[in-house]
Amino acid sequence: MLRHGSRFLSRATTMRWRRPFSTNLAADAPVDSNFLESWRKAIPNVEPPKTPSAFMATRPETPSSIPSKLTVNFVLPYSSELSGKEVDMVIIPATTGQMGVLPGHVATIAELKPGVLSVHEGNDVSKYFVSGGFAFVHANSFADIIAIEAVPLDRVDPNLVQKGLTEFTQKLSTASTDVEKAEAQIGVDVHSALNAALTG
Amino acid sequence: MAMAALRREGRRFATPLISPNPTNALRSSLIPSQEPVSSGVRCISTQVVRNRMKSVKNIQKITKAMKMVAASKLRAIQTKTENSRGLWQPFTALLGDTPSVDVKKNVIVTISSDKGLCGGINSTSVKISRAIHKLNSGPEKENKYVVLGEKAKAQLLRDSKKDIELIMTELQKNPLNYTQVSVIADDILKNVEFDALRIVYNKFQSVVAFLPTMSTVLSPEVVEREAEAGGKLGELDSYEVEGAETKAEVLQNLAEFQFSCVMFNAVLENACSEQGARMSAMDSSSRNAGDMLDRLTLTYNRTRQASITTELIEIISGASALEG
Repeated sequence: MLRHGSRFLSRATTMRWRRPFSTNLAADAPVDSNFLESWRKAIPNVEPPKTPSAFMATRPETPSSIPSKLTVNFVLPYSSELSGKEVDMVIIPATTGQMGVLPGHVATIAELKPGVLSVHEGNDVSKYFVSGGFAFVHANSFADIIAIEAVPLDRVDPNLVQKGLTEFTQKLSTASTDVEKAEAQIGVDVHSALNAALTG
Repeated sequence: MAMAALRREGRRFATPLISPNPTNALRSSLIPSQEPVSSGVRCISTQVVRNRMKSVKNIQKITKAMKMVAASKLRAIQTKTENSRGLWQPFTALLGDTPSVDVKKNVIVTISSDKGLCGGINSTSVKISRAIHKLNSGPEKENKYVVLGEKAKAQLLRDSKKDIELIMTELQKNPLNYTQVSVIADDILKNVEFDALRIVYNKFQSVVAFLPTMSTVLSPEVVEREAEAGGKLGELDSYEVEGAETKAEVLQNLAEFQFSCVMFNAVLENACSEQGARMSAMDSSSRNAGDMLDRLTLTYNRTRQASITTELIEIISGASALEG
């Protein structure tokens, strides 16, 4: 009868890890009291609307000693790839160059360029190709990475990358207007970054 | 199409009610306790009740179908919405939640649906938008609306036409995706001047519960000003900025990206609430139609029975008169 007990337990924990973002939290999160007060004064007969902070977990304060792990949230418009996952290191493709983030990293806001994001967890390294976005590293060893599109690197077809690269290079040379040129330049950038990621 | 049919049915269904001399049958359906047969009436027409039963049945069919459609759409959009919930959280963690920020140019982005028959979600967002307008109004302050969706447009055009800056409709012609929403966000950023954008939408909690919500997105200048002034955004100064040449440039990009991400989630949440609300509205109206049908059937049967009884009495009493 208890044979399946462990399975249920493990499922419960994985579920908690898989979607901690989407759970609706109780309203004990800090809500702007100034806002509530002024709202009640101005519009007494309508309930004040919720604000986003009511729906998310509060982040912990910056600890006095550097924690051993880095907590990573990696989100895309259509999914939360990693949420609250504790890892050893991430390498972020910032516009200024690859940026390794370890626990205790200085608080940073970085823009991303197309490139490889690698997540190091013990001996496991998972690599994603991201198309661009933003990364925030907080002082409390939290890292938030937001990208528009990301795919695991092993799902990219090298042949198609080569084909796309030649196509966009050709387009860039024949482009006449500024808009076309910019579009072709983006295409070339993305494809050469992909190419470099696959070969390198 | 279904809605047009419903309206037509509704009209047909309303006509007997409006007609100048309602028949006995109809009156009795409204007050069932009253005896349907009045004295002197020999034959009661059941035609009216029959027609009405037919139209109620048709309405029920339509509402049931609409409920099915809403339920299947809801399932698809609900997973999408739940997956998009991670998207705005990093921004709130970084830039904080600032509903009480005091700025000159407020732009209220009201998100609503294009189609009706979905409960009170559209009027809720309009009501909240109006309240925010009132809350932030004052001397030297400017409040503008940006309206998404047909329904809020109809309600806001009535009394605040001069404040509406931009109207967009037909968001959900194609399934919602990030590209589409970021194009809309881009349009808003290009055409509207703002210090703070207040995005009003219904957050989906469950099929029957929707929470009116307001997200605030600040313009880069305001973010910088607030960060210098300390308070909620005071921590932002401690962040090292990497990327473009200046901090202002990065903040500009950041604010635009934040707006598109928040909008994406807001539009999805609202679409999800819309389907949920439509589903429960259609469910209750099919139940109502069922109840009405039961009552009408009862009346119909009773009337028929009464006319048969009357006829029998007439025959019997006629026969007995002949005998006697």
